[in-house]
Amino acid sequence: MQRRHFLKVLSLAAATLSLGAMSFPQGAQAADTIKVGILHSLSGTMAISETALKETALMTIEEINAKGGVLGKKLEPVVVDPASNWPLFAEKARQLLSQDKVAVVFGCWTSVSRKSVLPVFKELNGLLFYPVQYEGEELEKNVFYTGAAPNQQAIPAVEYLMSEDGGGAQRFVLLGTDYVYPRTTNKILRAFLNAKKIADADILEEYTPFGHADYQTIIAKIKKFASEGKKTAVISTINGDSNVPFYKELGNAGLKATEVPVVAFSVGEEELRGVDTKPLVGHLASWNYFMSLKNPVNDGFTKMYKDWAAKNKLPGADKVVTNDPMEATYIGLHLWKQAVEKAKTTDVDPVIAAMAGQAMQGPSGFEIKMDEKNHHLHKPVFIGEVRADGQFNVVWKTPGPVRAAPWSPYIPGNDKKSDEPEK
Amino acid sequence: MPHRQPVRSLAWWIALWILCTCSPLRAEWDAGLAATLANGDSEARIAAIRQLVTSGDPKVAVLLKALAEDGLAVADGRLARPIDGQWIDLESGATLTPTGTPESLSINNRVRREVQSGLALLRLFDADPKVRLEAASSLQSRATPEMIPALEKALGQEQDATIHDHLFLGLALARLSSKDAGQRLAAVKALGESASTTVRVTLSRLLEPAAEPDETVRREARDSLKRIERRLALGEAAGALFSGISLGSILLLTALGLAITYGVMGILNMAHGELLMIGAYSTYAVQMLFRNHLPNLLEGYLFVAIPVAFVVTALVGMLMERTVIRWLYGRPLETLLATWGISLMLIQAVRLLFGAQNVEVANPGWMSGGVALMPGVVLPWNRIIITLLALLVLGLTWGMLNRTRLGLFVRAVTQNRAMAGCVGVPTGLIDTLAFGLGAGIAGLGGVAISQIANVGPDMGQGYIVDSFLVVVLGGVGQLAGAVWAAMGLGIAGKLLEGWVGAVIAKILMLVFIIVFIQKRPQGLFVLKGRQMEG
Repeated sequence: MQRRHFLKVLSLAAATLSLGAMSFPQGAQAADTIKVGILHSLSGTMAISETALKETALMTIEEINAKGGVLGKKLEPVVVDPASNWPLFAEKARQLLSQDKVAVVFGCWTSVSRKSVLPVFKELNGLLFYPVQYEGEELEKNVFYTGAAPNQQAIPAVEYLMSEDGGGAQRFVLLGTDYVYPRTTNKILRAFLNAKKIADADILEEYTPFGHADYQTIIAKIKKFASEGKKTAVISTINGDSNVPFYKELGNAGLKATEVPVVAFSVGEEELRGVDTKPLVGHLASWNYFMSLKNPVNDGFTKMYKDWAAKNKLPGADKVVTNDPMEATYIGLHLWKQAVEKAKTTDVDPVIAAMAGQAMQGPSGFEIKMDEKNHHLHKPVFIGEVRADGQFNVVWKTPGPVRAAPWSPYIPGNDKKSDEPEK
Repeated sequence: MPHRQPVRSLAWWIALWILCTCSPLRAEWDAGLAATLANGDSEARIAAIRQLVTSGDPKVAVLLKALAEDGLAVADGRLARPIDGQWIDLESGATLTPTGTPESLSINNRVRREVQSGLALLRLFDADPKVRLEAASSLQSRATPEMIPALEKALGQEQDATIHDHLFLGLALARLSSKDAGQRLAAVKALGESASTTVRVTLSRLLEPAAEPDETVRREARDSLKRIERRLALGEAAGALFSGISLGSILLLTALGLAITYGVMGILNMAHGELLMIGAYSTYAVQMLFRNHLPNLLEGYLFVAIPVAFVVTALVGMLMERTVIRWLYGRPLETLLATWGISLMLIQAVRLLFGAQNVEVANPGWMSGGVALMPGVVLPWNRIIITLLALLVLGLTWGMLNRTRLGLFVRAVTQNRAMAGCVGVPTGLIDTLAFGLGAGIAGLGGVAISQIANVGPDMGQGYIVDSFLVVVLGGVGQLAGAVWAAMGLGIAGKLLEGWVGAVIAKILMLVFIIVFIQKRPQGLFVLKGRQMEG
């Protein structure tokens, strides 16, 4: 273990050096620009998901700059790589806030990385836009949550699985990566299922470490559990690159969606890019946006990203996809821009106040609004089934945007919590 | 409920089709059907599909297939399929010029299940026995009472014994809800031969008097259930054993190279994991080369990747040996530090060359999917092939060490370097070649890993600890120990994982190895006879 740790430190030092070199040349024009920090893992187990968010942020910054920037100034991105290493997230966040003096940070994917940077943002009064669906149970003044809270993703998905169209599941496998987001989400889901009269005997909870690659035993276990009675569904909160071997094994083992559907909360178009999706047709994901949605805003958004990928020669540029957290990053940057223009400053406290009620037409086809109080977006919920081409068919959706409930009513004591962050 | 006709045989359909090209069945294909399929709720769609399946129209199979593959759309109120960029009317086969974009039809799992059952039912009468077998085996666990007439008909004319068996089980399942207790009894008895989990669930519901009033049928159901459960348990055990063997063969492939460099030559090579990584990246490079320049042969890229990965990693290994390791023979601590440095350099080099993110290595088509040992136990092809590759590599390595002149020299040099030199063995060259061989084998391990796990710059670190464990547990100095250790760790690991979960299983394995090494530091096997010097 000693060696591994040392190895990590060394490679990180090397990575830091190379990245440091990258961000310096832009520093020359610092006076008339506004710096925007981008804090996403570009290496390690989470790079599969987070790299695209960095690209989206850069693309949106370029779009905003092309239209004249913010308050007459250009935005200047500062990209750092926290390398899927949670303590490093905090170090990098500190560097962005105190050294680079960024006005705002867009970053983090896993909840453990968000929890790790939180004290830094509170201490230095920074501003973080967090673009990924998460477990809730948090409401911080310094953070705007542009991803879904459990009632905007997890709960509707489970309700769908239990409905007749969703297969009428009465037995559930809760499968996740072993960290705070899956554990908390599954705690909420267990309470929700219990409230729906699903006994604990009909719930199987399984966790694997980050980066786990051998899913044979787990799939065999799911098969066995599913054969013991009622209709079974799997709820996957597996995060990062483990999803590739998981879905490969699922396809190869012939576990069909018509028999045992798997609904994922952290798998979108991007994660499925490296997988043959033909055997996975019908497995589900629950999000607030899918690339396959048809509306003019989304057409513009997907085209902009494709052009961006081609221009910057991203790997596999001809096949790039957009997904929900990318949409959330895009919306977050635009709403922040609107708030800065309203506040006429990039100072954190006025911007936070100005964020309340900011709205824009989102690529999901709805007007997306930042709640006046609770720092979360009002979002529509879509449930999609995987198609043979790796895209999703929407099979269920809410009539309109849903207000977020960060404090899930299924966790005891939450009814007393305030819907507003403490100042 | 609409009146249902039995499905007609193929000959019947053709006759019907010729007869009725311009009359009654047309009613089914009006705009109403398109509208129902496009906008109806699942209930209405399922009803429409069931009616279509029983209508006997030969176009129904085409429609269902298109629906199942997301290839059906509504263009100006007509059902149409996109073929080669054109819209073809499903009914008439004419080319359409739709106004506006046709609206694609998509289905959910509930409708998909119905579409698949309908397709399977129609395919029971296909001319190709392979298609019939697939259809019959899928109906075996999803037959419903409405399918009885079609199943009976298919059973009546089926010649193939295997398909016959599948149909028989399907029919039994469908007859479970018959009103005649005698028929139910026969069905329950027949289902005892099944190994399907669905059948097991269905039968277990019959144990209650509320669900099954007849006492004899209940007793028979209990017996059949026991037989099915025994069969399923057997399948499960076979599956667990296979995943253990599969994990073992991956461990073996990753450790075999180390068994030579560390086990036989005594070099503590901390860059072994990175040699695996280079093998995996070579596979990726070959794949990209094929994708960009030889797209027709992409399916076969693996056959080129295997020798390329071997040669590339062997060259890297020989370079390491020539430039660094050879100056450090007999100084294990320095070797350890130097190779560790090399491993960091290799990781960083790959980061610069290929980027820090994982790269995508796709399974060739013939490696995806699996072979069904019995219903519920599917052995994935990629794992079967990797197990075979491990055996092949093991055989070749063993042959090389024991049956060739090079192998003789390697053994001679490692056993007594001075004496080997005296009788004219070029010891320096042999060291380089042997290290290259070990590195090349690690490269092959990398090819295998690339087919099942993620390929990224840091991937090697996850394997080096396991590789050393295998070699140390097996006993330093020969290959047989590595084989037993890899298989033992693999199977025991998988059994433990099924029992206590992935995280605890790993801890238990490490504890076991620590205890084992305490009691038996020389490992499982020891070289007999005169020992080589320490």
